[in-house]
Amino acid sequence: MRKRRIGAMIGVILVIGGLLGIGYQTRAKSATGGSITAVGSTALQPLVEAAGEQYSGEKLGVFINVQGGGSGTGLSQIQEGAVAIGNSDVFAEEQAGLKPSNLVDHRVAVVGIVPIINKETGVTNLSTADLQKVFDGTYTNWQQVGGKNVPITIVNRAQGSGTRATFERWALGGHKAKTAQEQDSSGMVRSLVSTTPGAISYVAFSYVNKSVQALSLNHVTPTNENVEQNRWRVWSYEHMYTKGQPTGVTKDFLAYIMSPKIQATLVHQLGYIRIDQMQVDRSVDGHITPQTQR
Amino acid sequence: MKAKTADKIATAVFYAVAGLVVLILAFLLGYILLAGLPKLSWHFLAAPAQAFSAGGGIGIQLFNSFYLLVLAMLISFPIALGAGIYLNEYAKQNWITNVVRTAIEILSSLPSVVVGLFGFLLFVVQFKLGFSILSGALALTFFNLPLLTRSVETSLASIPNLQREAGLALGLSRWETVTKVILPAAVPSILTGVILSAGRVFGEAAALIYTSGQSAPALNFADWNPFNIASPLNPLRPAETLAVHIWKINSEGIMPDASAVSAGASAVLVIAVLLFNFLARWLGNRLYKRLTAND
Amino acid sequence: MDKIKTQLQQTSQATHSERRGRLISLSALSLIVLVVIAIFWFVATKGLATFFENHVDFWSFLSGKTWDPGVKNASGQPLFGALPMIVGSFLITVLAALVATPFAIGTAVFMNEIEPRHGAKIIQPVTELLVGIPSVVYGFIGLSVVVPLVRNTFGGSGFGILSGTVVLFIMILPTVTSMTADALKSVPRYYREASLALGATRWQTIYKVVLRAATPGILTAVVFGMARAFGEALAVQMVVGNAALLPQNLVSPSSTLTSVLTQGIGNTVMGSLQNNALWSLALVLLVMSLVFNLVIRLIGRKGALR
Repeated sequence: MRKRRIGAMIGVILVIGGLLGIGYQTRAKSATGGSITAVGSTALQPLVEAAGEQYSGEKLGVFINVQGGGSGTGLSQIQEGAVAIGNSDVFAEEQAGLKPSNLVDHRVAVVGIVPIINKETGVTNLSTADLQKVFDGTYTNWQQVGGKNVPITIVNRAQGSGTRATFERWALGGHKAKTAQEQDSSGMVRSLVSTTPGAISYVAFSYVNKSVQALSLNHVTPTNENVEQNRWRVWSYEHMYTKGQPTGVTKDFLAYIMSPKIQATLVHQLGYIRIDQMQVDRSVDGHITPQTQR
Repeated sequence: MKAKTADKIATAVFYAVAGLVVLILAFLLGYILLAGLPKLSWHFLAAPAQAFSAGGGIGIQLFNSFYLLVLAMLISFPIALGAGIYLNEYAKQNWITNVVRTAIEILSSLPSVVVGLFGFLLFVVQFKLGFSILSGALALTFFNLPLLTRSVETSLASIPNLQREAGLALGLSRWETVTKVILPAAVPSILTGVILSAGRVFGEAAALIYTSGQSAPALNFADWNPFNIASPLNPLRPAETLAVHIWKINSEGIMPDASAVSAGASAVLVIAVLLFNFLARWLGNRLYKRLTAND
Repeated sequence: MDKIKTQLQQTSQATHSERRGRLISLSALSLIVLVVIAIFWFVATKGLATFFENHVDFWSFLSGKTWDPGVKNASGQPLFGALPMIVGSFLITVLAALVATPFAIGTAVFMNEIEPRHGAKIIQPVTELLVGIPSVVYGFIGLSVVVPLVRNTFGGSGFGILSGTVVLFIMILPTVTSMTADALKSVPRYYREASLALGATRWQTIYKVVLRAATPGILTAVVFGMARAFGEALAVQMVVGNAALLPQNLVSPSSTLTSVLTQGIGNTVMGSLQNNALWSLALVLLVMSLVFNLVIRLIGRKGALR
């Protein structure tokens, strides 16, 4: 009885081991040709993921592994060299706790950010001065800016998020929004604003849909053309950082994303603004230089 | 007379409370199923997800969820079983045992995001397992062990000592008594614990975002060689599960039918847990009958 | 003769398997203890770095009311006041447990003592099913049902402690109920028979014998429920409002330790002051659940039937 059980166990182990061995021998060797990992910004993830899939389809055996986790995660992992590419919504120089000198910045797209409000407030345009007063708590009712009699509810993005940093810097003139509700993700913010009377928040252009009202600022409408000419000033770059100059698959993949093929199709379809159409260049400290055609 | 009145009132109160709870639970289930059922179709269950256009499915995510569940259970159940047996059958009632119990309970209160980050730094970065099913399964093991151990322990504790004494009186060793008498008798309630924790594993998102990752590369379902990257069985591939997928499309999804996909996926998740539940119960009953000669 | 002697003096096969079994089960337990120690050590080193490396004043961390990482106050101390989150977490957990416990006990008693046939058949599978619903889904139901309800009934934005409590109450109810039912089941049958034979009514038996005997088990169930409520992040984050403000009332937006932790962790760089501060929150979480646990154990020891 006992011996038979042991015999059976050895048999099972041998069969499984044999199968694994056969599997290992016959594995598709091309699949191990090269794989790189890109980690970070959830806002940039869909683009890199889609581009990575397309890239793997063209170059057989190369695998691009794309993960989210937030800009902070992306930057800390690229700093430690644990991944090939770190995706970020903000300049590495703007993140505390980094030594940005050994990181190389690759700007692959631009994202426009727009204030959105609940549709029942009756407001479609604000001056930047009014917007600041809404966000610092000076105004408490939409009546004060010509809307209906609904109290203002501010919904912020999470502290440290790239969208919030961009919005506070370029829409609120560097002033901090007052402490209020916070939500981490664009989808959550949008559904909050659409269901809460008098709510205001801000999202990337691609998240605006019929359920919310996008605001014009100083009568400039939030369109891609206005961002490209810097008339709409609330925008930021999407960065893909590498540690040192990229080589091999990483270099090839970054060039692939920057190629007009991807910029004209995926970048546009996913709601980003093409980097090669930007007519201005903005540095970390906000210095604007007109961009000559690339 | 007074005692009888109190008894009647209490019975009525218990009926009311149970009724209310059933109502709440029924409302929840109904809400999820009603929102999600219209979306369900074979296409939805089998098709891969779409990043930015409508009409995506959840096929890969569904498979990943089950595979991850099986792996996590394979790792965590034996450990929990052993630990539960030791705590209930061998450990002496002293302060060390108490400290161990408290530590296990506290482990269960850790927010899953902390477990996820711990798993990320340890498995993904340190052990170089990468964003993979294996990392996810190990992180889920951490997260699963307290509940599972505790439920094994209470299941064993609920077997009357008479059975142990009978086993020992027959000349069986303690270990033999446990494996041949106590464990079979405890199968149904251990199973309840397994189902509960399986449900939690199935619905867990935060611990997996940083370990098994949030991308689901295309799988080749004709390739069952676990060493190929496109094989469904490869434990080292990144794998977004259903719960992570729901979280992701709710937070950053830009496909036009995001809310419908999310509702459909939630309904699928509930139905999957339901099926799993029935299956486990049926298996458990058969096992119980075979092992204990109870009819 | 010699053969029998050697056989008798040999350790028997049963003893061998006994030793092996004991060793296996002990090593399983040691593995768990090791995991617990590893996580504790990990959270503690990261969490204490805020105080030892970044020299944040421990007292101002616990009692400060402004959470604004990256900004420094007049005296050069970063603004890490965790009080609003600590109060928020504490309130939500305690309230949710307070509401859920009577419901859970009532339901468990119903399915165990009053209607064992129907109760166990319907309620138990349903509760087990609900444990598997991802917290994101709970959060969304909270957002689309609970928040508007609270807003229309009590005014305010609807986001706050009250909505969080309701969502958590529903979330932990299945866990607490099924664990309480297990505890009731493990009360030996002759306790009930003895009580009924003494002429006690069913209610008296339940109240004076069954519940008393099951007290430690019920308390464990509550601890587990509270633990889940305490550590829950995604669902609470959706309905609590996440404003790092001290709650003025039950319907003003506030925040919990987990909601701030979850939101911030991806946006900060490992090893930076902001990141360490978030780990300190995790440490607070750990210590607070330790305290909860000890308190409940103390109560359990006093209330248990001897």
